[in-house]
Amino acid sequence: MSIFVAFRKEWLELVRSRRLLIVAVVLIFFGLTSPLAAKYIPEIITLTLGADLSKLIPTPTVLDAISQYVKNMGQFGIILALLLTMGVIAQEKDKGTAAMMLVKPLPRGAFLGAKFLGLAVMFAISLAIAGIGCYYYTLLLFEAMDIVHWLVLNLLLFVYVLVPVAITLLCSTITKSLAASGGIALGVIAIGGLLGTITKLGKYLPGELITWGTRLMKGDTSTSWIAFGVSLVLIVVPLVAAWLIFNRQEL
Amino acid sequence: MHAVNTEELRKVFGSFTALDGLNLSVEEGTIFGFLGPNGAGKTTTIRILTGLAHATAGRARVLGIEVTAHQHEIAQQIGYLPEEPAFYAWMTPREFLDYVGRVFGLPTKERSTRTNELLALAGLEEAAKRRIGGFSRGMRQRLALAQALMNRPKVLFLDEPASALDPEGRKEVFDFIEHLRGQCTVFMSTHILADVERVCDTVGIINRGKLVTEAPCEALLAQYAIPAFELEVDQKAEAALTSWSNLVQREAWVKTISIHGPVVRVIVNDVEVAKRELLASITGTGLILNRYEVVRPSLEDVFLHLVGQEEEQA
Repeated sequence: MSIFVAFRKEWLELVRSRRLLIVAVVLIFFGLTSPLAAKYIPEIITLTLGADLSKLIPTPTVLDAISQYVKNMGQFGIILALLLTMGVIAQEKDKGTAAMMLVKPLPRGAFLGAKFLGLAVMFAISLAIAGIGCYYYTLLLFEAMDIVHWLVLNLLLFVYVLVPVAITLLCSTITKSLAASGGIALGVIAIGGLLGTITKLGKYLPGELITWGTRLMKGDTSTSWIAFGVSLVLIVVPLVAAWLIFNRQEL
Repeated sequence: MHAVNTEELRKVFGSFTALDGLNLSVEEGTIFGFLGPNGAGKTTTIRILTGLAHATAGRARVLGIEVTAHQHEIAQQIGYLPEEPAFYAWMTPREFLDYVGRVFGLPTKERSTRTNELLALAGLEEAAKRRIGGFSRGMRQRLALAQALMNRPKVLFLDEPASALDPEGRKEVFDFIEHLRGQCTVFMSTHILADVERVCDTVGIINRGKLVTEAPCEALLAQYAIPAFELEVDQKAEAALTSWSNLVQREAWVKTISIHGPVVRVIVNDVEVAKRELLASITGTGLILNRYEVVRPSLEDVFLHLVGQEEEQA
């Protein structure tokens, strides 16, 4: 299968270029420091500003660690997705490696699919390690969390990160320059974020996945399947669009 | 069957017509030199034939297969060396060739053997474990040629295969192309006309997106042969040469004579008569002859003549 041949190359590239290491280190760092920050920042503030103020700061709980984790993973997930995806197709077209390989019996769909698969596996591994690290530190500093709910929260975070990956991949396919690809993707993601904030559409958009996961950790089992469905559509549609456009493109 | 065939092939970029009804037929097994000035449409033709660009109109076939409709089938049977080959800088040449072998679906053992063969062919055995990012242009060009041969292609498209190489590298590349004679069809665009003359069986000249001529190399040279002779006499005999030229100028078979130092170029009206009379005439005057030759046009002369003619008409 051509996609596995292309995926093998993508994976090697992610390892050799240290992109995998960078993503893993960043996400694991914030995974580990989230419970630490939740636990010790109030203590640091108390030590710095005096005991009187400590009465104003509520005692940190496991939920503080979770909200810190979710916030960090969401923000850095989007930033890393954007930075690491914006050049994947645009640069190969610009440098000429895409032309060099695609005159061979390597379907463009496999070329594109392998890029997405490589990035998805990279984020999955990094999020998994970050999640395990965060769970362990939270257990040490606070208490044990519901493992199934924790797993679901991380799966929702994973889907949430794949949305900017797919959108940026489409932008990288449309353009031939890194800057243009990154700029357009950033614009689209920012507009999506704004829509969720200033309109009532927020509960149907990918950002709701994070809220859903956080709710779940609080013991609230209400679901947001529409937001989940919209997120899947926002992953699949850009990928299909990228494939259709890439198939027609001259290299 | 033709290895390459185009019919009324057109490619338009905005207001610029890169190919303007190109009709081309390349016989299987030949080494075809595709010549033309910069911007004539050579690279565009190769890009369409390899599926990297789409024709605006017309048809293009490789090995009898329509290019746009059966790209995957064609890709299995062709090799392609772009004008500026690009690689993954982080890979070693062994890894790159192995990757290309995997793309062609070669089994592990065959892939390994072929990779070793091609590394040896490209002279990159010692650099097999070095990153391609640190390679010289010549090394990259040799690797690019090697990767184009991984699948033992039936048609090999080479876009300026020797443009980045030094004279020694160029010779190696063209010697290698010569070795491919009979094994596959080579479709090659190049500016190095002397090498084309040495290696190519057939030549096509393109200008402004149209085929100017397509013919076997020898036929083309014969067709545009200049009926001329060149003679070189001893340095001290220049005065006698002038007297002789004034005398021979009156002959009916002589068209023009031009003297450049000890060298005289005689353009004739009748080659056969000239072959009989010219040598006898000059030796009869007692001039010491250092060189005598029937002038053979180079491919460059023919190319410049044909392209110049086209430009005048345009």
